[in-house]
Amino acid sequence: MRELDVVGPQLAVLLAAGAVLAWDALAPPRRAALPWIALAGLAGAAAWTTAWAVRGDFGEAFEGTFSIDAFSVFFQYVFAGVTAIVVIASIDWVEREGRRQSEYYALVLTAAAGLMFLAGARDLITIFLALELSSIPQYALAGWGKDRRSGEAGVKYLLLGAIASALLLYGMALLYGFSGSTLLTDIAAAVAERGADNRSLLAAASVLLIAGFGFKMAVVPFQMWVPDVYQGAPTPVAAFLSVGSKAAAFAVVMRLFFEGLGEEFLSDDWAMIFAVVAAVSMTLGNVLALVQRDIKRMLGYSSIAQAGNFMIGLAAVAVAGERFVAGASGVLLFVAAYAFTNLGAFIAVIAISRRTGSDEIASYAGLWRRAPLLALALAFCLVSLAGIPPTAGFWAKLYVFNAGVRADLVWLVIVGVLNSVVSAYYYLAVVRRMFLGEAEDERRLPVAPTVALALGVATLGVLVFGIVPMPLVAAAREAAAVFAGG
Amino acid sequence: MDVPGVSEAVLWAIILCPLAAFTAIALYLRKLPKLAGWLSIAAITASFALALVALVDTLGADGRAATHTHDWFHAGPLQLSLGVRLDGLTAVMLVVVTSVALLVQVYSQGYMERDPGYGRYYAWMSLFITAMLGLVLADNLLMLFVFWELVGLSSYLLIGFWFHKPSAAAAAKKAFIVTRIGDLGLLAAMLLIWTRGGTLAIDEIHELVLTGALSGTTLTLFGLGLFAGAVGKSAQFPLHVWLPDAMEGPTPVSALIHAATMVAAGVYLMARFFPVLEASPDARETVAWIGAATVAVGAALALVQTDLKRVLAYSTISQLGYMMLALGVFGYAVAVFHLFTHAFFKALLFLGSGSVNHATNTFDMRRMGGLRTVMPLTFWTFLIGTLSLAGVFPLAGFWSKDEILLEAWHQNRALYAIAAVAAFATALYMFRAVFMTFFGTYKGGEPVDPSDEDSHFHGDPAHPHESGRVMTWPLLALAAGAVAAGWWAWGREFQHFVEGAVPADALHHAPAFSYGIAIASSLIAVAGIAAAWAIYQRRLVDSAEIRRTAYPLALLLERKFFLDDLYERAFAAGLFQRGWNRLVAAFDAFAVDGAVNGAGWLGMQSGRVLRHAQTGQVQLYGAALAAGAVVAAIIVLATGS
Repeated sequence: MRELDVVGPQLAVLLAAGAVLAWDALAPPRRAALPWIALAGLAGAAAWTTAWAVRGDFGEAFEGTFSIDAFSVFFQYVFAGVTAIVVIASIDWVEREGRRQSEYYALVLTAAAGLMFLAGARDLITIFLALELSSIPQYALAGWGKDRRSGEAGVKYLLLGAIASALLLYGMALLYGFSGSTLLTDIAAAVAERGADNRSLLAAASVLLIAGFGFKMAVVPFQMWVPDVYQGAPTPVAAFLSVGSKAAAFAVVMRLFFEGLGEEFLSDDWAMIFAVVAAVSMTLGNVLALVQRDIKRMLGYSSIAQAGNFMIGLAAVAVAGERFVAGASGVLLFVAAYAFTNLGAFIAVIAISRRTGSDEIASYAGLWRRAPLLALALAFCLVSLAGIPPTAGFWAKLYVFNAGVRADLVWLVIVGVLNSVVSAYYYLAVVRRMFLGEAEDERRLPVAPTVALALGVATLGVLVFGIVPMPLVAAAREAAAVFAGG
Repeated sequence: MDVPGVSEAVLWAIILCPLAAFTAIALYLRKLPKLAGWLSIAAITASFALALVALVDTLGADGRAATHTHDWFHAGPLQLSLGVRLDGLTAVMLVVVTSVALLVQVYSQGYMERDPGYGRYYAWMSLFITAMLGLVLADNLLMLFVFWELVGLSSYLLIGFWFHKPSAAAAAKKAFIVTRIGDLGLLAAMLLIWTRGGTLAIDEIHELVLTGALSGTTLTLFGLGLFAGAVGKSAQFPLHVWLPDAMEGPTPVSALIHAATMVAAGVYLMARFFPVLEASPDARETVAWIGAATVAVGAALALVQTDLKRVLAYSTISQLGYMMLALGVFGYAVAVFHLFTHAFFKALLFLGSGSVNHATNTFDMRRMGGLRTVMPLTFWTFLIGTLSLAGVFPLAGFWSKDEILLEAWHQNRALYAIAAVAAFATALYMFRAVFMTFFGTYKGGEPVDPSDEDSHFHGDPAHPHESGRVMTWPLLALAAGAVAAGWWAWGREFQHFVEGAVPADALHHAPAFSYGIAIASSLIAVAGIAAAWAIYQRRLVDSAEIRRTAYPLALLLERKFFLDDLYERAFAAGLFQRGWNRLVAAFDAFAVDGAVNGAGWLGMQSGRVLRHAQTGQVQLYGAALAAGAVVAAIIVLATGS
């Protein structure tokens, strides 16, 4: 029974997915209840996670392939929260689309369950299965919209995702071939024992794994799908992709590299790759975001640049006395802050384009007069993305940069700071347009109450953690402590 | 050794009340101006009441400090904290800020009536009050700096309140930029103490200073950096040029921000870090002499102004100079005491000038006169404020100014001489203003221009009348302060109270009250009044004659020592345009453009080129994905073992 208890949160979410489908089959006229069933499932998952967190009786299950610890608890909260916000923000859009509503929610929930499995996976097979469980529904969701662009996005995402999975499997196969086991603990032991003689093999495996997960993390050079898919996919789905699957990929990479491949002679190699990829992602993402006219594409490129910021935390392994922990807690803090921030930005876009019918940045001019609260919320999220106080994004950036400096990656932090300046330019350009631009159409923009709720929760998170950052920092540090002594 | 026991929640509530008002007005009440005004007044009343609670409590603890510090953020060695501090100095500032703010807000109900920006006005004022209260409650330099900047921002917004007037917009910009120059110094001081001392907490900085843990150079640089910030904010020479222009804002704004509170923030800052001045003679001397220069420049320029508000503005500069001078001659408690009394009589004078403006539609004293009879309340309260400022016994200004002169006498006779001459000038220019405004015959004010849609003047300038009660009552309340605020110093009560706020080792024994100095300063004040009476009332000497005789001096004063010209020509247009600017332009074109604009340009260009790679072709994307992995692998294998 302990096994069931360990995966209880995931089961609650899957159960809700089934319930959503069943409800649609049994009581089709009462479709309005569907999202609330989904939310109930997520609430159940969060409650179950809380029960674990309170008991603190952490450990392994399924013969070491899956574990529940502070780290997975942290991510289960993130995924439950992100999914809940996405579900709420989707209600208005899904109702208007009108078709196959139950499938939409069921797919979102299934993907969420996959993400939550990833948080605790400590075995190559489990990781791969959980990754596919979360990916396949996301391919379908990307192609959910009625127009051709959405279909194109879905197919592109699927095809490229398949290539990425292939690279990933190849890397996993190399690791298995080397160690004879799929368990991360066994792999770590094998690396410690005879890794030094097989450094090239392990380096090749590292590169393949980084490529496979780099696709999900959306870092250069594995990012080319991002703008096309974000622009084509329905906006709530784009929001989900930009936060959920990115966060999950970072979670798995931390498990895999810090636990499985954490030997010092190896971490020198892969930390260098992470550092370079971070620098290139930040720079390329920001430079390309500068020239975008479509806000969803801009947010797409910005999410590439943000992934580069996260990755500074992966590269910052060599902090004296806090090996892995300083960097990992930076990544976790960034994941949480970014989840609120980016969801908020995407939801604001949902609310605006739903009414104006345009994703052009130019159409945001004078938004302040048409929808003051909406403009204010979006402004806070953009300011947070730019890393300006008093927002959650500021502290995340400060923390990660601080970890970078302590790990002697001063050059990388300088690249990051310069990139922050560039990014502030395009984020604040939107803010300036909203507040100082002249609107062509002065009419008020009505906002659906559910969208307003989702946006309110996200923006509140950005601000509350901007003003009182310590609880989040403490949670991130506690979760990252699982890597202590690595 | 008890410390103030007042609950920490009370202190935070003092800041949060006006903040709540600001938020509510900004988000919901812009369209309901009446409600905005009342909400703002209610919030500041609550803050005032809580400030009184804090004051009483601190009195019971002899002004010693209680700090409530919380860990705000830390990452490894990087630690930031957030906290409030209550001691004698803070308690005095809290009461000054909240009481003057309350009266000004009430007065504004009348003064800003029918202004289309009424709601906005109360929002910005509430924001300013929040920031100012945060500034005086902050227990560390970082928080102080954040509120310091917020104060600057709200001052900018309020000076430019009538932003459609080009002069107001320009004045706002000027104030913002000039004070920012000083803020660079403050920022540098913060970084210095952070790198050398590893802390930003006020307590710990005091500790470092007193134990001698910092080198003399560090101390001096730190003190001068702080002082640079104070020079900008408190309009000290040579950065005083923004304050007279700031009079473009609504008059209640001038009363609260540019007379009583914000401009005193620089003095507060130096008082807060008084142990630094104590430990660094160089920094202290600089403060004293800059203060004295400001005293002289402000008083001289006030003599030639024809605009009533500008007389008051230069007078404020001069009085702030007195406070700095006092700090520079070890007169910590005296400086704070003068800040305290000055807040009341200067706010009173500004509000009085606003009341006059309400009747005459002008601030030009040449178009006033004889208002004594039609505006008796305004006249009498203005006269009280003037007497207090001139330092006439037994009004508030007498006590505080006399003590500054006393301290200066004991430290440095040259400084005393400057301060004494300026005291004569103070009485002269203030009574010049009184005679021109309230005596003689009425010159008709400024006729209302019916084509000026921005003007919200109502009434008839040809027939001036007393202002309504909502405006005169605050005048009466402030007049009471201008009379009685000085009596707190009786038996050195006030000094003892604020001295509790600094470590005892940092204090000097203050010289005893001297009848000689007191009688001398009274005679100086009376002489100034008599001179003004002779020139501007009885016209025994023609002021135009004086101007002709001393033409070069008059020109120097009328052109404000050519400082504005210097700044504009040298920094905004002239010198820069030529030699230096060539260099800068070249640097700008190659280095800065290359880095900033160039980064933008390069970004845009490379963005344009790179986006061509984004063909939308899935084959290409897949190939890039695989190629990326291959390239990474080659690099790793090549560079690795």
